[in-house]
Amino acid sequence: MHALRGVSLDVARGNLVAVMGPSGSGKSTLMHTLAGLDKPTSGTVTIAGTEITQLDDADMTRLRRDHIGFVFQFFNLLPMLTAEENVLLPLSIAGERPDSDWLEELMAKTGLSDRRKHRPSELSGGQQQRVAIARALVTRPTILFADEPTGNLDSKTGGEILDLLRDSARDYQQTIVMVTHEARAASIADRIMFLADGLIVKELTDADQAQVLEVMSTLQS
Amino acid sequence: MTRVALRGLLGRKLRAALTAFAIVLGVAMVSGTFVLTDTIKSAFTTVFTQAYKNADAVITGKSAIGNGNNGNGSNAPTLPASLLTRVQGLPQVGLASGGIQDQAQLVGRDGKVISSGGGGGLAFSHTSQGQHFNPLSLTSGNWPAGPDEVDIDAATASKHSYRVGDEIGIVARGPVQRFRVVGTVKFAGVSSLGGATMAIFTLPEAQQLFHKQNAYDQINIAAKSGTSPAQLVAAIKPLLGPSAQVRTGQAQAAQATKDTSGFLNIFQDFLLAFGGIALFVGSFVIANTLSITIAQRTRELATLRTLGASRRQVLRSVLVEAFVIGTTASIIGLFLGLLLAKGLNSLLVSLGIDLPQASTVFKTRTIIVALLVGIIITMIAAVRPALRATRVPPIAAAREGALLPPSRWAKYGSQAAYGTVVIAVALMLVGLIVSSLSTGLRLLAVGVGAVALFIGVSMVAPKLVPPLVRVLGWPASRIGGSAGKLAQGNSSRNPARTASTASALMIGLALVTLVGVLAAGLRTGFKTNVNKAFVANYAVTASNNFSPIGLASEQAARQVAGVTAVVGVRGGDGRAFGSNITVTGVPPNVSQAIKIDWTHGSQQIPAQLGANGAFVGKDYAKAQHLQVGSPLLMETPKGQFLLLTVIGITNPPQGASPYGDISISQARFDSAYQNPQNLFTFVNIQGGVSAANTRTLNAALAGFPDAKLQTKSQFIDNQLQGLTLLLNLLYVLLSLSIVVSLFGIVNTLVLTVFERTRELGMLRAVGMSRRQVRRMIRHESVITALLGAAFGIPLGILLAVMIGATINFGTFTIPVPTLIVFVIAAVIAGLIAAIWPARRAGRLNVLEALSYE
Repeated sequence: MHALRGVSLDVARGNLVAVMGPSGSGKSTLMHTLAGLDKPTSGTVTIAGTEITQLDDADMTRLRRDHIGFVFQFFNLLPMLTAEENVLLPLSIAGERPDSDWLEELMAKTGLSDRRKHRPSELSGGQQQRVAIARALVTRPTILFADEPTGNLDSKTGGEILDLLRDSARDYQQTIVMVTHEARAASIADRIMFLADGLIVKELTDADQAQVLEVMSTLQS
Repeated sequence: MTRVALRGLLGRKLRAALTAFAIVLGVAMVSGTFVLTDTIKSAFTTVFTQAYKNADAVITGKSAIGNGNNGNGSNAPTLPASLLTRVQGLPQVGLASGGIQDQAQLVGRDGKVISSGGGGGLAFSHTSQGQHFNPLSLTSGNWPAGPDEVDIDAATASKHSYRVGDEIGIVARGPVQRFRVVGTVKFAGVSSLGGATMAIFTLPEAQQLFHKQNAYDQINIAAKSGTSPAQLVAAIKPLLGPSAQVRTGQAQAAQATKDTSGFLNIFQDFLLAFGGIALFVGSFVIANTLSITIAQRTRELATLRTLGASRRQVLRSVLVEAFVIGTTASIIGLFLGLLLAKGLNSLLVSLGIDLPQASTVFKTRTIIVALLVGIIITMIAAVRPALRATRVPPIAAAREGALLPPSRWAKYGSQAAYGTVVIAVALMLVGLIVSSLSTGLRLLAVGVGAVALFIGVSMVAPKLVPPLVRVLGWPASRIGGSAGKLAQGNSSRNPARTASTASALMIGLALVTLVGVLAAGLRTGFKTNVNKAFVANYAVTASNNFSPIGLASEQAARQVAGVTAVVGVRGGDGRAFGSNITVTGVPPNVSQAIKIDWTHGSQQIPAQLGANGAFVGKDYAKAQHLQVGSPLLMETPKGQFLLLTVIGITNPPQGASPYGDISISQARFDSAYQNPQNLFTFVNIQGGVSAANTRTLNAALAGFPDAKLQTKSQFIDNQLQGLTLLLNLLYVLLSLSIVVSLFGIVNTLVLTVFERTRELGMLRAVGMSRRQVRRMIRHESVITALLGAAFGIPLGILLAVMIGATINFGTFTIPVPTLIVFVIAAVIAGLIAAIWPARRAGRLNVLEALSYE
């Protein structure tokens, strides 16, 4: 049994790609493999010209610093740091100086300008996820991976987060791969890949919610 | 429900093992202490039983001082030879034999006396008619037969490579004498006599060596068949004067055993105290570890509550868990104690305390006490976490990251904390100051106060953690980059947990600081005082710095050309006002060597002592209400009463008095004591201290390997050796509780890493390297260790101030370099504690960490 079989996927710069599929379809495995968190038994993954499946831990860490951003379902912020410190964390870890114009831009974009000194416990779920998105964008990664970014939010807040991701892709030419099981989330993507039993079974471009739901219903039956 | 608790424990073997370790070492110390002291006691019992096994009755000299059997016989009065003849004439007596028991030191091939670690150099006489009573057996050669022949113990012979036929130097009363080794002997039934050496001479040689012509120290008697030992003793009693006593062989062995067991019981309590400290620290670690695991199992406990478990069942399940951990740990500790006993003995030997050994004694008492203590301490430590567990509401099952509700009493937390500290300090002050209470009560108050103080400070500590972490975490954030900054943040994330972890280390560090500060005070005080009082050029003491030595070396020093004064200060025991005291005998010119202050009288007093004058120390005068002119009745070991008059009162320096409680003239001392010996001999010589004079004096003393020539500063260093020894012993024993607290840091870190798995995954995902993760954990550990030092060292100084002020030890000194060493040691300890948790954290698989819940 393989979680993924013969999957081939190119993501162009500035593209927002959604990966959809029922539980067990392999969509999480696909994202983990693309992000270098999991190694495929065969095949290659290339990010910014580097083949990553053979990298050792130190090289992979460096690649993550420079080229990959993550947004998680449960936000994963550090409770003892302020919103701004959380955003700057990847730069701090890498020992790089923040670009203050870029930081201001991001804080404004994510609507956190007046929340900088707040700690995660003082922020709403939506605000916490926006901190997480700003954190992922702060290094201007080659690619941003979002794992069920709205999975832990109500639908209104979830909508705001989706808008933020959509805007980021458009305004900053940010490449994004998002794993989701929500049709509404998928519908913001430029391309939607449907996975079932480890295979890409269908691909839609600029689809709306109704089209997504239709494909999903055929997959789940 | 209980089964769930046990299953849970099995499922978390690692955590259970980590928790258990905290108690294992304390239990091992308790069990090891019992095993060691029981083994030593058994060795002594064997020695004494063997020594008197064939004697139905034993006659010894009866010292007026102490318990009448001081083991070596050198201070007890001798028995006249005529007594043996009269005893032999009794119809009940089958066989009677007289012998000598004294002290003689063997000289090694390097010309120095073979240092006897506490055991001393034992000397015996051997006669063929006494062979029936002889507890020694030959391992090679023969018994001594001529005046220049000696047998020595096989252990010393092999250690210092003496064989039958070799020559050996022996110091008895006079200068070193040469003997030929004609045999080696061993004592039946024990594997080691400790540091004691043995020399066996012929009876006439022994009598001559120890100036006991026509006298014996001991007469062993075997009854004619049909006479019981009791009847024998009854028959002998009428023959004895007031300075002799007779006991049955059994009673004599029991008495001798009792004399040593007094010392051994103190020694046992001393070691047990350190086991107690380690257990106390262990209880902190256990309480903290259980609190963390319960916080982490909130959802699990809540689920159990939703399934219908009652609070009582939750409580019981935690207590059952603690019981299992406590029992397992205690059993491991019990057996580890057997190993630790060996380690303790090697430690003591390495510090020069060499005690006899026999085969290991493992008593039922040891098993029961070790198990009970370990289990009870664990259970007590578990009570608070268990009560916390009962407060988990069922709703927590459905919530992400639910927190425990605060207890009903939480709002009184800070009052309780400060209250505990105040009560603790008050209790300690009562114990230290209120002299009307009994010593036992005072010690109890100080002990309970100290325990309460540690608990109180640990209760206040959570409030101090955030501000302290800002200061103590500064180096981490400077040198550790973002990993250091995160470590600083992590340290104050859960102040209660950090405080509790640091508190365990605090206890050990506070006690180490207390000991270090008191020792520094004693040291400086002693140095200052001796520097002032020591006005001679040279001092001569025993090579071990404290034993009194024979007068021959003093006489030898007197013969040296250029010597202007030789001052021998005699030392011995006496009895006055119903208690044993120390007595010194001083020559008229003692002020040329020793200059101290006088509250009544002056430097001229020693020259005016005459036959019946005496001077006493200020404290002794106060205690016994003595003034100049007061009469003083003192009894010597021979049983002679000296009626003295106080003619002067000294104001001796604290802790460094060169004199005993009562000082009399040297001439009077020499006539009243059977075998006068010098505590110190001071020498003044033309030209003072110089290399040439040192050479000349050393040459004159070459025949006295037991005597050591020293300048003032050498004398100070040598006299402080005992303190240094004790200090090192205390440091080593206290380090055990520091090791226990290290396990506490390891526990907390491992559990924290486990708790923050997902967070660590995120950090790795956003670019943190393994090295950075490890660095972060290391800094967190070092910050915790520094917190321990920040609580412990000031607390130790406070304790030292309180105790120091009470025992009035003179100079209060803060040994800054020592304290810096402690801080560095704490940092190193933190780094060591972090090794394993940091590796675990670094090895986390990012993907698993992220999907972990």
